[in-house]
Amino acid sequence: MKSFDYARAATASEAVGSFRPGTMYLGGGTNLVDLMRLGVARPDHLVDVSRLPLADIEQVRDRLRVGAAVRNSDLAAHPLVRSRYPALARSVLAGASGQVRNMATVAGNLLQRTRCPYFQDVTRPCNKRDPGSGCPAIEGDHSGLAVLGASGACVATHPSDMAVALAALDAEVHLTGPGGDRIIPIPGLHRLPGDAPEHDTVLQPGDLITAVELPEPPPGRQVYRKVRERASFAFALVSIAAVLDVRDGVVGECRIALGGVAHAPWRAERAERALIGGPATGEAFLAAAEAELEQARPLPRNAYKVPLARNLIVRTLEELAA
Amino acid sequence: MNRIEGRVKVTGLATYAAEYPVAGMTYCFPVQSAIARGRIVRVDATRALAMPGVLAVLSCEEPPKLAEDADGELALFQSREVCYRGQLVAAVVADSLDNARAAADAVSVEYEPAVHDVTLSADHPGLYRPEVVNPNLPTDTGKGDVEAGLAEAAYTVDVTYTTPVLHNNPMEPHASVALWDDEGRLLIYDTAQGASWARNAIAAILGMPAEQVRVVSRHVGGGFGSKGTPRPQAVLAALAARAVGRPVKIVLTRQQMFDVTGYRTPTIQRLRLGADADGRLTALEHVAYEQSSRLVAFAEQTAAPSRVMYAAPALRTAHRLVRLDVATPSWMRAPGECPGMYALESAMDELAYAAGIDPVELRVRNEPETEPDSGLPFSSRNLVACLREGARRFGWETRDPAPGVRREGEWLIGTGVAASTYPARRMASKAVVTVQGDDFLVKVAATDIGTGARTVLTRIAASTLGVVPDRVHVELGDSDLPDAPVAGGSMGTASWGSAIVRACEELKSNGKEGRADTAEEIAADARLARHAFGAQFAEVRVNAFTGEIRVPRLLGVFAAGHILDDTLARSQFIGGMTMGLGMALMEETLTDAEFGGFLRRDLAQYHVPACADVPLVEAVWLEEEDAGLNPMGSKGIGEIGIVGTAAAIGNAVYHATGHRVRDLPITPPKILVPRFQPL
Amino acid sequence: MEITLQVNGVPRTADVDPRISLLDLLRERLGLIGAKKGCDHGQCGACTVLIDGRRANACLALAVAVAGSAITTVEGLAHGDELHPLQAAFIEHDAFQCGYCTPGQLCSAAGMLGEPGPSAVTGDLAADPGLTPEEIRERMSGNLCRCGAYVNIVTAIAQVAP
Repeated sequence: MKSFDYARAATASEAVGSFRPGTMYLGGGTNLVDLMRLGVARPDHLVDVSRLPLADIEQVRDRLRVGAAVRNSDLAAHPLVRSRYPALARSVLAGASGQVRNMATVAGNLLQRTRCPYFQDVTRPCNKRDPGSGCPAIEGDHSGLAVLGASGACVATHPSDMAVALAALDAEVHLTGPGGDRIIPIPGLHRLPGDAPEHDTVLQPGDLITAVELPEPPPGRQVYRKVRERASFAFALVSIAAVLDVRDGVVGECRIALGGVAHAPWRAERAERALIGGPATGEAFLAAAEAELEQARPLPRNAYKVPLARNLIVRTLEELAA
Repeated sequence: MNRIEGRVKVTGLATYAAEYPVAGMTYCFPVQSAIARGRIVRVDATRALAMPGVLAVLSCEEPPKLAEDADGELALFQSREVCYRGQLVAAVVADSLDNARAAADAVSVEYEPAVHDVTLSADHPGLYRPEVVNPNLPTDTGKGDVEAGLAEAAYTVDVTYTTPVLHNNPMEPHASVALWDDEGRLLIYDTAQGASWARNAIAAILGMPAEQVRVVSRHVGGGFGSKGTPRPQAVLAALAARAVGRPVKIVLTRQQMFDVTGYRTPTIQRLRLGADADGRLTALEHVAYEQSSRLVAFAEQTAAPSRVMYAAPALRTAHRLVRLDVATPSWMRAPGECPGMYALESAMDELAYAAGIDPVELRVRNEPETEPDSGLPFSSRNLVACLREGARRFGWETRDPAPGVRREGEWLIGTGVAASTYPARRMASKAVVTVQGDDFLVKVAATDIGTGARTVLTRIAASTLGVVPDRVHVELGDSDLPDAPVAGGSMGTASWGSAIVRACEELKSNGKEGRADTAEEIAADARLARHAFGAQFAEVRVNAFTGEIRVPRLLGVFAAGHILDDTLARSQFIGGMTMGLGMALMEETLTDAEFGGFLRRDLAQYHVPACADVPLVEAVWLEEEDAGLNPMGSKGIGEIGIVGTAAAIGNAVYHATGHRVRDLPITPPKILVPRFQPL
Repeated sequence: MEITLQVNGVPRTADVDPRISLLDLLRERLGLIGAKKGCDHGQCGACTVLIDGRRANACLALAVAVAGSAITTVEGLAHGDELHPLQAAFIEHDAFQCGYCTPGQLCSAAGMLGEPGPSAVTGDLAADPGLTPEEIRERMSGNLCRCGAYVNIVTAIAQVAP
């Protein structure tokens, strides 16, 4: 690990004020320390924001405000999250291990980086880690990587489970930074790789997430489901967060977000549009899933993700409609 | 009785290799090759040497003096040739781990790369017939006419199975602490499965008399074969400690372990079986293709179990090896039997379906009178009894053999069976027993890698002496103790225990002391086919929509001679079966064709089973009396548990889905064929 | 940087490099070898300790970032000669073989027993589920055991679970 200096910030503005080139913010450390030890992250200055007074979960009118430093396990265990946003609770519980969830923060979970094997190995090329060096995953091991929205420069996936649920629930991040305070909707926080895969998100240097806000839960039932070959403590092959409200056999509200398929949590907007106002039947669910997945551009070793995502969408919606 | 070292293990006081408190400790961190083949032009340590705390950089620029016939994996920095990506090419010693690791990043190695080849295939032009296969078995065997046997068969199976690169991944990383004293003696705290062997090998490579070297391995955090022979870190620690004149600690990172501590070779196995109308084999051919590095020719005995299992008038086994620009494979739990029985027992299941015969019954019908290949009588063989008892306990008689017809909600359900086998060997060992006050002290350079060796050896000594175990104290894990073979090959207990029994018998006769060396006794052992056998049954659930596979139930029934300690034996069996579950469903290291080396070199990417994967694993055994083994009447049990598990699970997946996956691991992508349309 | 931690109830002060992990601080500087290094990346759980009462991977915590915290390692679970009930149950049920993952399993179990709320396998999110074997297996899946002692580990924990 490269040497760095360490400072603990007392307030968000102090953290942002101390930001300079080479600075990284340290939350729970579960991904950043991991990447520093691998040499993937090489900060000169580490500003610890894990103890900022941003660890509260509070209801603000109809909305739920979750502080950026809330630990993942506290988020999943919170009564309001369990009762009003079950897809979010389940997504958090599906991620990592009990130990990691106790350490990881909400903001850190959103900003965790891809687990692409090439990204994590500094002795191999990777456009995300070392722009312009190439993407060996396209010809090599891409079995866990993206089938939607990828580019010739990068086929990485975003590994978070929580972000998938937040995308389905139309959450937004609140942040402060050198350019002032901003609000960014979560479908939109994470970028597609395009020709600049080194940027995971639309955040600017020095931006610090202070909170995640969830609007009032949409009507209907919600669920999060994750597929993985190891029964626990594994990243998703494909996951889904879905909300479905059916009245008299007709789809009212429908939200579908997929994980493990793209550089960002993937809101299945085509599928949602195809379903809203139509019949809640297995045929309609299948047609919607296929409409969404027409955009998929799988590689030889991740082509299984297309039928898997299709089956997962159909099966999940069927269960929610039942 | 509970494990003797239980209390120190649960209180965190058990001392593993890297944990001895040593004053003035320094830390070594290796630098690994970034190419798979080529030459090192230059190692530039200038920048590293200028970094804080750095004491030395070792590399081929100043090759340390080592024995000329050193094992290629241990001949550190002797050559500028690079033989695989990840090979150790330099090392930094510094005053702290963080300083050593940071400086290792700063060592600049200039290479002249050459074109590499890291891909095993069954038609690789470099395939050859190795002289022998591990441990020292004939490469090829044959009797009868396989082609004629196939031609006359009513049913034939001709199938190819593959197994991937598998890594032992003991929880404790390979580690060594080396200290030189003023008289030039070397002490290494090492993660060795055998202190005597490690001492001999390290002394030889350093060109020292064995008595100048001491290896201590009081607690070893698992090995599964990967610590059976010295690994580079032990030699490197010794060299580094000599270079800086201070004690040196090396703990390999998990990632480095994938490269330099051995792995199970990938295999491609072709099985050709023929059977008559009653299911009796007319021919059995098992050909295995596998790889080794350019440094060491390690040829796994993958087809060897087919020499043992079934009666067939025509029986041929063969091994072909190719040397690639890859890391050196080595022992991993049940080398040979584990991957070989996966293929054989899967093929037997395919034959059972082809012939329309129950798979338990098919195996029973092919029970041999004598060892099929050698013709030797078995010292004991209770495979049929294991199959029958397992079938009874598992509820096999009510099984509908039709594949792909049982469903509960999203889940397809199936069951499968496979046989297990593992040789029952022993090697020469010494042991000394003395009287100490009212108690007895047993000394033997055995190793407890988690098997419970301390406990079982205590029981063996107590039982021979006719005293309560509390009065017996076993000292092991130190090469200064009487020479003993490695904890491996499922022969530790048989080897050490034989010597302890003889030493105790001598003590009983003279009242003072017993010293045993079983070399002569073992050389006089009758020629017999000595193997443990077992039958494994698996129930699986396969999700029809996602391809996820879960194993709600595993049952193993074993016949392994006299079981010396029920608790320890059960732990060994279920532990092996759990590892077999990992082999069946998740374990796989990928080889990077473009850059060489391995991908997925950590425990987030190389999945071993987690607690949630293992709801119910049961192991039982038949009491087996066998006077042809050793004084305890025991067969080794450390490895047989993993033999057959993957086949039983794979066969159950077929039974659940009607889909035969012949390439391990059986993962959702391989299940998710277009047949699984949503309802 | 000089930091102070409460380790097993005893204040410990050390002058540390900001790079050092809590795990290396415990093992290499404070002489507490109970917490194990299995992967150094939070992927195996062998390093699990309690930080301010919550189970965490000591390999992923920078020592400077947990300065001021109370740390409990496996060495701090027993009360003098009296083993923690989990320790006694692990011995009784042979819930380990090589023992290398054991300190992490024990600290993880100790932390897990006090953790509120549902898990990934809980049916009803609103109810606090009992610690059934299925719940224990899921909640303990952050602690890998290569010897394959899971079946016995779950039995041992179930004996202690409320």
